[in-house]
Order: sequence, then structure tokens, then C-alpha cells
Amino acid sequence: MTRLSRSRLALVLGVLLAAVVVITLVALATGPSNVGAPDVVKIVFGDASDIDAATRDIVLRVRGPRVLLGLLVGAALATAGAVFQALLRNPLADPYVLGVSGGAALAGISALALGATFALPTSSVPMAAFGGGLIATGLLYWVSGGRGRSSPTGLLLTGVVFNAFASAGIVFLASVAGFFEGSRIFLWLIGHLSAVEIDAVGVVAASVALGLVTAFLLSRSLNLLALGDESALHLGVPVESHRRWLLLATSLMVGAAVAVSGLIGFVGLIVPHTLRLVIGSDHRLLLPATALTGAGFLVLSDTLARTVLDGRELPVGAVTAIVGGPLFIYLLRRAQARGPMT
Amino acid sequence: MTADLRFDGVQAEVGGRTLLAGLDFAVRPGEVVGLIGRNGVGKTTLLRIASAALAPGAGRVLLGGEDVTTLSRRALARRVALVPQDLHVPFPFRVGELVLMGRAPHQPLLGLESESDVARAREALDRLGIGDLADRDITHLSGGERQLTLFARALVQDPEVLLLDEPTAFLDLKHRVEVLAEVRAFAARGRAALVVSHDLSLAARTCDRVVLLGVGGIVAAGAPSEVLQPDALRRAFDIEAESFAAPDGQVVVVPRIPTARD
Repeated sequence: MTRLSRSRLALVLGVLLAAVVVITLVALATGPSNVGAPDVVKIVFGDASDIDAATRDIVLRVRGPRVLLGLLVGAALATAGAVFQALLRNPLADPYVLGVSGGAALAGISALALGATFALPTSSVPMAAFGGGLIATGLLYWVSGGRGRSSPTGLLLTGVVFNAFASAGIVFLASVAGFFEGSRIFLWLIGHLSAVEIDAVGVVAASVALGLVTAFLLSRSLNLLALGDESALHLGVPVESHRRWLLLATSLMVGAAVAVSGLIGFVGLIVPHTLRLVIGSDHRLLLPATALTGAGFLVLSDTLARTVLDGRELPVGAVTAIVGGPLFIYLLRRAQARGPMT
Repeated sequence: MTADLRFDGVQAEVGGRTLLAGLDFAVRPGEVVGLIGRNGVGKTTLLRIASAALAPGAGRVLLGGEDVTTLSRRALARRVALVPQDLHVPFPFRVGELVLMGRAPHQPLLGLESESDVARAREALDRLGIGDLADRDITHLSGGERQLTLFARALVQDPEVLLLDEPTAFLDLKHRVEVLAEVRAFAARGRAALVVSHDLSLAARTCDRVVLLGVGGIVAAGAPSEVLQPDALRRAFDIEAESFAAPDGQVVVVPRIPTARD
């Protein structure tokens, strides 16, 4: 009987962690100016006295924050996807597909637009995005009848409508505020990691850490919630309170991620789905593995995005959508072939 | 000492509509009680009330004298297990994983299953003859295999009271007999079981007592050979049926199928 043992946990998470470290180093070494891998290792892990200041600045101040935020945003979006899938008992759920990211983005843009007028602190953007994500999640539950009874198609339609509304709202607000260049709106809508500010890292890291820890603590409950509310009740889960904590945690993570990166799609779909095929569905392993893989996947995607077109940058959201779109269609097709997932 | 399960003036409601009212009966330790009645009469609703998944419209369900709605979810799940009719999960959990989830109410929030938990799960699977399914993806099971898996999970939960909602509906005769034998063995360990069943003759052989439900309430309750008689069956099911004593003395119910001439 396969069971989750300490050694299995350690092995899977150890391998994934090693992969994330390698990807991070590669990402730090990759870019227009060539920095050798050994130099990057030296700069990150220890003695960099023999490396010139310009190279150190490139690695630590230019690429460093971007890679760090990529790790955080990837972990947040992927884990939020896995949590949504279990709570809604729907393998197609993802913060972007469900419109939760859209809600967060709309609120974040509102704060940004108002912030210019009323001189709000920059930390108000992630907070507003958190609120927006929370409202979108609440609406989603309300529209779908909640309690995991929703049909996959009903949920998807809700998400499509939320996204269309949020995109319209974002464009409208940006136009009214008049301070956005056209291309920056575009970047928000497709999702990117190119306008990263160092002072954002702290708030985002704290939010993502808080969200991840909450989700990890409730990962056993998530296993039982994935069986349905009544099954979870019968196995001793205080369903309402655990669900509320999990939704708060995901909204917090999604809000933080969206506030710095806009609408990066499909990470929450691609990562948990692929991992379930390899390591199974037990959330006590799946959630931390999803966080690590999401972090690595997004940094890898972003590294591709900034190097694949020589000299020009692609928004990372374009890369994840190119991978995620077809996967989504495949999953939808398979779900329909299996019949309604009640 | 394990607890009894007592329905005390329970009123069962679904969507504001009263199905059953003023229900009084008990399941005592060491006893298997059958819950029998036509579709929609409120049998599943009663099991949901007994497991505190649903609040009764009136009255209460007492577990060893304690109102089940006052117990924490965890405390209740350690003492009462429910085997649902069926379960659809859109994720590829393994059979062994699903069965081990029965240990969840006994474990701390964080932590993994112990060797003894795994041994328990393996034993339950083996006893039900599905040990070879342990590593199978639950989304690929047949209805009967799923039902056996859910029963194994309930056994692993190690409760004082077992609630079973048509536990043999998808099973062949061999597996029906095996599951019902396990229910008897469970009761023989001084625990209480309440079984919803549509197979009256098998219920009669399994249960110490049966509660026959009609629209609104109990039609008859008591020993199967006393309850499962033509008059009560007519009132409960609106059918004509005959009851015979099998050579071993247990009651066999044979319904009459109306023909075109009737």
C-alpha cells in the first residue's frame, strides 16, 4: 500500500527544492550581460569580493528581485490553484480561470489609480488586491451555490464573466486615471514580472508565507474536503471554519501575487495537475510540492520570456498561457468525457 | 463500554418539508438495527441527522446520552462513522489513501499515518477481499469496489456506532454476505450498527431488530419476523407481499408482482 512516509516527503520535496535552486541560479546568470554560473554561486552563497560591483549589482539588484518575486508569485498562484481545486472539487479551478485574479487585479488597479490622487502608500496595492480577490472568491461561491455543488461549466462561465468584467474595469480605470501608458495596462492584463520594485518584495513575501503556512497546516483537511463537505464532516473536519481559513489564505496569496505581477494565468492549473500525475493527490505532499514547482516553473518561464526573443522581452503571462491554454482544453475535454463531476 | 444511539422525538425535514416526525427508537451496543422503508421516506436524512451533518427539525439524537450536535466534529467522528451510498471524487486518490483517511479523526492536525494505522487499513481491505485494490486509483473503481472501499474506511475509523446507507446496493451476493457478516462481527464487538437496506430478506437475517418507516413515521418496529408481515408491508410500501419462515426460522419476504390482468 503506497502511503505518505517521512522519507517519501523528504525525497520528493528535496528533489524539487534542488531543482528550484538550480533554476534560480540559471535565472540569475541569464540575461543580456553574461554572468558566469560560478560567479552567481559566489554572489548568492558567499564570498564575492573578487567580483566587480557592476556584476554584483546586476545579479543582486536587477535580476535578484525579479527572480525572488517570480519564486513567490509562482508558489502563490500554483498553491492557490491546488487549494481551489480541492475546495471546489473541480480539477479545472485556478485563480485566473475562476476570475479571482481578475478581481484582485481590478482592486489593485483601483488602489493604484486612487493612490496617485490621494497619495496612498504602495503597500495599499497588495492589500486592495487581497480584498478584491476575497470579494471575487465570495461572489464565486455565491454564484455557484457554494459548498462544492457547483458544476464545472457553471464555474467556468462565472470565471469568464468575472475576467471580462475585471479587464473592462481595469482598462476603464486606467483610462480615467490617465497615468497609464497603453503598454503598462497590457502588461497588467497579460501578467509580467518586468516592473518589479524591490520594496514590494517584503509585503509579497510576508503575504505568500502566511498563505502557504495556513494552507500547509490544513492540508489534511483539504484531503477530506476534496471528498465533499459531508464526507469531510463525517471524518471530523469543521468544514465551515477550515474552508474559511483556506479561502482567506488563497485570497491573500493571489492578492499579493497579482499586485506585483498582474494577471499571470494557468500556473495554478498546470502545476498541480502535472504533479498529481506523478506524486498522487495527498495534499500533505501535493501542496508543498506545488509551491516549490510553481516557484521553479514561473522563474523558468520568465527566464525563457526574457531570452527567447533576442533583445526583446515577452511578458511571462504569455508563456504560461501558451502552455496552459491547451492543457486547459484537454482537461475540460476529459472532464466532459467522464460526465458531470458532482 | 460503548454508547447507544437514541432517537428522541426526532423530526426529519428536507427543504422545509417534514418527512418524519416524533421518531423514538434506539440502537443499543451489540445490536444491528435495520432501517427499512420506501424511497424518499427519509432514511438517508435520518442517518445524516444521526451523524450531525443535518440538524433535526425537532428532537435530538443522543450518543450515550450526549446530544450529537453538542460534540465537536472530531469527537463525533471518532465515535460515529457513516458509510455513504456512493462517493464521487474527481482526484486520483489511491484506495489505500482513501481508507487511511478513516484514521483522520484519531490523528493530530499535522502528522502522517503510523504503522499501526496502515496495518489497520490493510486488515480491513483484506477482510473485505479487496486487498489487491490498495494501490488502485479510486476514479477507476466499479460501484461495488467503491462501496467496499467506503466500508473499509468506516471500519478503520473504529467507531462505536456505524451508520450504513444501503451498503450492499452495488454488490453481488457474495460481497453482500461478506459485508453483512462484517456488520454482525462489528456488533459482536459490543458496538451498534444502523443499516438502511432495501433487501428485506437479507436485512431480516442481519438485523436484531428492524424499524419499518412509512410516510410520516414508524409503521412497525421490532424483531424482523414480527415486523415484516403483509399488513405492515402494505402500509409501508403499498404492495402485496407474503412472508414465510425459512427452514432456519428466519423470515423471507416475497412480493407479489401485479400482472396485466390485475
